[in-house]
Amino acid sequence: MKILNIVESAYRATLEEQDDTILWLSRNLKNAGAELNILLRGNAVNYLVKQECPPLVIGSVAIKHPARPNEDISKLLEKGAQVYAVTEDLKDRGIDEGDCVSGVQLTSRRDVAEVMDQHDQVWHW
Amino acid sequence: MAGKTLTIALMDPPYESANSTTAFRLISAALKKGINVNVFAYEGAVSLPIKDQAPHANPVKGTSIEEEDHPNTKTFVSSLLELGKENPLLNWVNCGLCVDERGATNVVEGVKRGSPADFLKMAQESTNTLVIPTK
Repeated sequence: MKILNIVESAYRATLEEQDDTILWLSRNLKNAGAELNILLRGNAVNYLVKQECPPLVIGSVAIKHPARPNEDISKLLEKGAQVYAVTEDLKDRGIDEGDCVSGVQLTSRRDVAEVMDQHDQVWHW
Repeated sequence: MAGKTLTIALMDPPYESANSTTAFRLISAALKKGINVNVFAYEGAVSLPIKDQAPHANPVKGTSIEEEDHPNTKTFVSSLLELGKENPLLNWVNCGLCVDERGATNVVEGVKRGSPADFLKMAQESTNTLVIPTK
């Protein structure tokens, strides 16, 4: 069974979680043997931009291991997942492809249906 | 309360949005500037200081509990209450009815049980009030 995980909500409690919950879940399911691919759309396309979360201290408690979406995407690619991103969503946000992690397949909005059609189940987060 | 006082109403439960992290940062910054802070935790936000929260290992990354070093939201609340234990003062009130709905009774030391009437009183006695609602 081929699953397409569409990630649209981005930076949703990633500081508290120290992970993006859906990239984490995708990695977990992939490790469990799932045939799973990712499509980033909306604000989640920003996960492709090379980034480093600055240190954060609340009161006297530090978040020392923040979410690293670039690393999550790279690990998913290493595990054989295909990672797609919607080109128009990158352009709408002024994100240059050259600023993004490599290995991601850009797809236009009009071709998203075709990507969905290549999967048995589509999970939209 | 002498000096400036900020009242903040929170609604989001832990681990659901960036709102609570933003609120924690604002509370921390205000206290470090000597500003008193009132928090009225409403609806899901009453779960932020639940004592039973526990850190966990990360099987995806292969890290242990110690390596993951993941502070739960109760830890942030405790740290802020420690920072605001006297002058400036952090007054954290959980909405009692919201607590009952969720069974969120076992909370860290310093968190009080109250009602919307407490929120009104806090707002009336504050320099200003910031509402951070669930969207």
